[in-house]
Amino acid sequence: MAEVEETLKRIQTQKGVQGIIIVNSEGIPIKTTLDNSSTVQYAGLIHQLVMKARSTVRDIDPQNDLTFLRVRSKKNEIMIAPDKDYFLIVIQNPSD
Amino acid sequence: MAPKKKKTSTGSAGNKGRGKEILTPTPVEQPDHPEDIFPIVLTSATQELFGCRADEDVTRESPFKLLKKDSIVQDIKTRAAVSDFSPVKQTVLDYPEDEILLVFDREFTYGQRFYLVLTPKAKDGILCPPQPETLEVLENRINNTPEPKRWISLGSEKEIDEECVKETRDKLLYKFSRVRRKFGAPVCFSDRSAADAKGGYLECASYQDSRFSIKQMQRDCGMQAVPGLQSSSAQTQWIVQRNVFTQYKARELSKVEIENILQTESLKNFLNSVTFRLLKALQEEEVMKVFVDDCKALGTESEAGDWSGNVSEGLMLYQAFSNQNYTADRKVSCINWHPTIFGVIAVALTRRKVEQLNESAVSDTGASLIVFYSFSDPSHCQVVLWDISAHISHLEGTQSSGKTVSETFELDDKKENKTPVVRYCAVSALESGHKAPITDVKWLPPTFEVTRTGSPVENRNHASVQFVTCSPDCSILFWDVRVKQLSQSASDRKQQTTPYAVPDRFKHLDWTWKPLFRVSLPKINTTGEYAPLKFNFEPYTRESTTDGGTDKADENEADSDIPDFSQLSAHSARTLPALADVNTKLYIGTEDCEIIYTDWKLVKDDSGRMHSSKPLHCCNIHHGMVNTVQRSPFFKDIILTIGGWNFAIWKEGVMDGPIVLSQGFEQVCTVGCWSLSRPAVFFIGKENGSIEVWNLLEKTNEPVHVQAHATNDTISSITPWVASPKQHFLAVSDCLGIVRVFEIPKKLYIPSRNEALSMKKYFEHGEEGLKDFLKKKEQWDKQNAELDKPDAATLESEELTVKEYSDYLTLQESILKGRGLMPAAVTQHH
Repeated sequence: MAEVEETLKRIQTQKGVQGIIIVNSEGIPIKTTLDNSSTVQYAGLIHQLVMKARSTVRDIDPQNDLTFLRVRSKKNEIMIAPDKDYFLIVIQNPSD
Repeated sequence: MAPKKKKTSTGSAGNKGRGKEILTPTPVEQPDHPEDIFPIVLTSATQELFGCRADEDVTRESPFKLLKKDSIVQDIKTRAAVSDFSPVKQTVLDYPEDEILLVFDREFTYGQRFYLVLTPKAKDGILCPPQPETLEVLENRINNTPEPKRWISLGSEKEIDEECVKETRDKLLYKFSRVRRKFGAPVCFSDRSAADAKGGYLECASYQDSRFSIKQMQRDCGMQAVPGLQSSSAQTQWIVQRNVFTQYKARELSKVEIENILQTESLKNFLNSVTFRLLKALQEEEVMKVFVDDCKALGTESEAGDWSGNVSEGLMLYQAFSNQNYTADRKVSCINWHPTIFGVIAVALTRRKVEQLNESAVSDTGASLIVFYSFSDPSHCQVVLWDISAHISHLEGTQSSGKTVSETFELDDKKENKTPVVRYCAVSALESGHKAPITDVKWLPPTFEVTRTGSPVENRNHASVQFVTCSPDCSILFWDVRVKQLSQSASDRKQQTTPYAVPDRFKHLDWTWKPLFRVSLPKINTTGEYAPLKFNFEPYTRESTTDGGTDKADENEADSDIPDFSQLSAHSARTLPALADVNTKLYIGTEDCEIIYTDWKLVKDDSGRMHSSKPLHCCNIHHGMVNTVQRSPFFKDIILTIGGWNFAIWKEGVMDGPIVLSQGFEQVCTVGCWSLSRPAVFFIGKENGSIEVWNLLEKTNEPVHVQAHATNDTISSITPWVASPKQHFLAVSDCLGIVRVFEIPKKLYIPSRNEALSMKKYFEHGEEGLKDFLKKKEQWDKQNAELDKPDAATLESEELTVKEYSDYLTLQESILKGRGLMPAAVTQHH
């Protein structure tokens, strides 16, 4: 528990980080720094995106796997780090 | 019977030329002939006598014969009753004319061989028959009644015969009669059918003959297509009448579950593995902006995306204007762009002074002109001519309207193919104007106006109504274009009839125009006055007041049409609210190469009269006549002054000196102007015709770019103009009368990043530098003052050293002589 908090704090202190969400493999958010509605929305949508990305990568090369996904938009950047059981979503505002 | 008029091709001579009237004598009860026709029998003897033998003298073709009445009478007399003419004796005697017509009637129309025409009218009618066309028309009509034609048989009688019902045989007739004895007895008839009695009839029944069979090979049958229509329907059965909908909600884990998960090892492992790369990604973002092109960002400062390669370094000549008629031997004294119309430039031309000594105070016969050029028509200029003496030396455009005013008149833009000539509208009264050539004129901005004492008040007209002129006769005059309240009586005003078509806008000013007030420039330390050449005041832009909305609307209205100046009248000073924050101070450049800073408001002195106050400051840094005093369009308090061989930049409020002062150049700087789009750039024109572009942020001691030989002669005026965001022009005029328009390259008009800020810092730096310099100067002066006293001591020490040196030399000589090293030819002199 403390480790989790500590990690989150490390990420949080980076420049421009707006929010962090830890989601389990089914898309249910476990830990978040955003409000509930945004969390749920992000979790649901990004879960589907990650599934799609992963299947894409694996279809091309079955021995390959998705390690990191960055979605850059006009206003911010969403970074997703997937794993077997969970994935971590970080929303950052790039310093421009 | 209708009389038939015989056609005559050759009528016998002698018709008396009567009109050709159709005479149809009415058919009378007379048996065969009309009234004036008398059939007559002529015996052969009579025929021979009168020369009208049948078929010899008179024929079918020429049946007419004119007989003399006398001869007929004679014949009657001689032969009396035997004469053939006896029955007509009376008519012949009564006949009015001398000749009677005898017509040979071959067809016995009237029953006899000849007939006599008894009346002259009928004679004429016969001899001169009516128009034959009518006869023909009548005949044609008669002929057109259709006649039955013969029937041509085409075979149709066969069909008719087939269809007709005809009897094929004769009808059978049976006659029955009873025996004689039963005649008269009653008879009884009754019916009996053939089938009642045996043997009543005989029949031949048909039977199937096996030896004979006929097969029907062909049978006619008809078919008709009938559309087959079928309608059917189906309906579902909605057994359970119930609507179904779904709504979902995201799954959430309960708190307990979350706690559990957070404790698990797998989560910790996951975080450990993932965090590193996530942090790296986050830092990447900070360290390097992946999606920003730095080179491009740098490039936008100078060239906005123009990668085509042809970037010009200097000013490119866009167009040159000159006109043989008007600019031949004149020099351009001032140019100004039209504020609203694209591409129109007004050029003031004055007579070139060939001799330096001759002052052109006397009006020349050759007029000074203001000429308009336009980009669309470079060869022809739309000229406006004046008959004003060579006082024209400056042009200034107004802000509200699109008119340029020079001195005291106004012009209209009349664009025609031929260069039109427009005369001035109003001239100031001679005794109240300037005594020397006016060197500068500027409109006051439409935001404020000035009263008779110089205090600024609010301007309700939303248009510039006043302007300021200065002249080396040591005065600055404020003028007002409106009607003064005093001179409104019509009797005072002279009725001037202008010979040319001049607009009446300024008629109320003509010849009676006096300045509002006069600012004189007494010298600070000495007596006398300064002679101003150029001046500059701060343009006051009013912030929106309480009724800003209506003001703006009015402004828009007033922009389109210029207020009728004759209707406006100067309000008295008390009625208009005074504006306290207007900067009423002027920067003036003088003939004596000084820069003066003074206030134009008149103050009361001890005696109660209004007079101008002494200037606040005067500075003599230029070494030639000041020809440009111009405020920077970006900074309200930065003024560029150019005169003689150098230029200076001043900051308003800093009295001690210019914050930037350039070194002296080789060439005299004749004119200069700020760039309209870059705060750090300004242009200077030189005497040798070159243009220098200065950028204070890049180089402070030399120009960034020199366009040598931009013109062939001294540059007399430079005016920049922004035509469009991509086109910046610089109009340069010279003393040969040619105006050249240069296009400023992108590099020189796109401001660099934060240029305004940088310039501000630069000026502040300059200001501080100036202060430091002045401080140091004070100290230096003090030191110098101290150093001045021990002058004698220094002299003495000098003498001492000289003496020592000469001693040393003699010593050296003696040693060398002793050693025998002294060269023989050398002689030493002290």
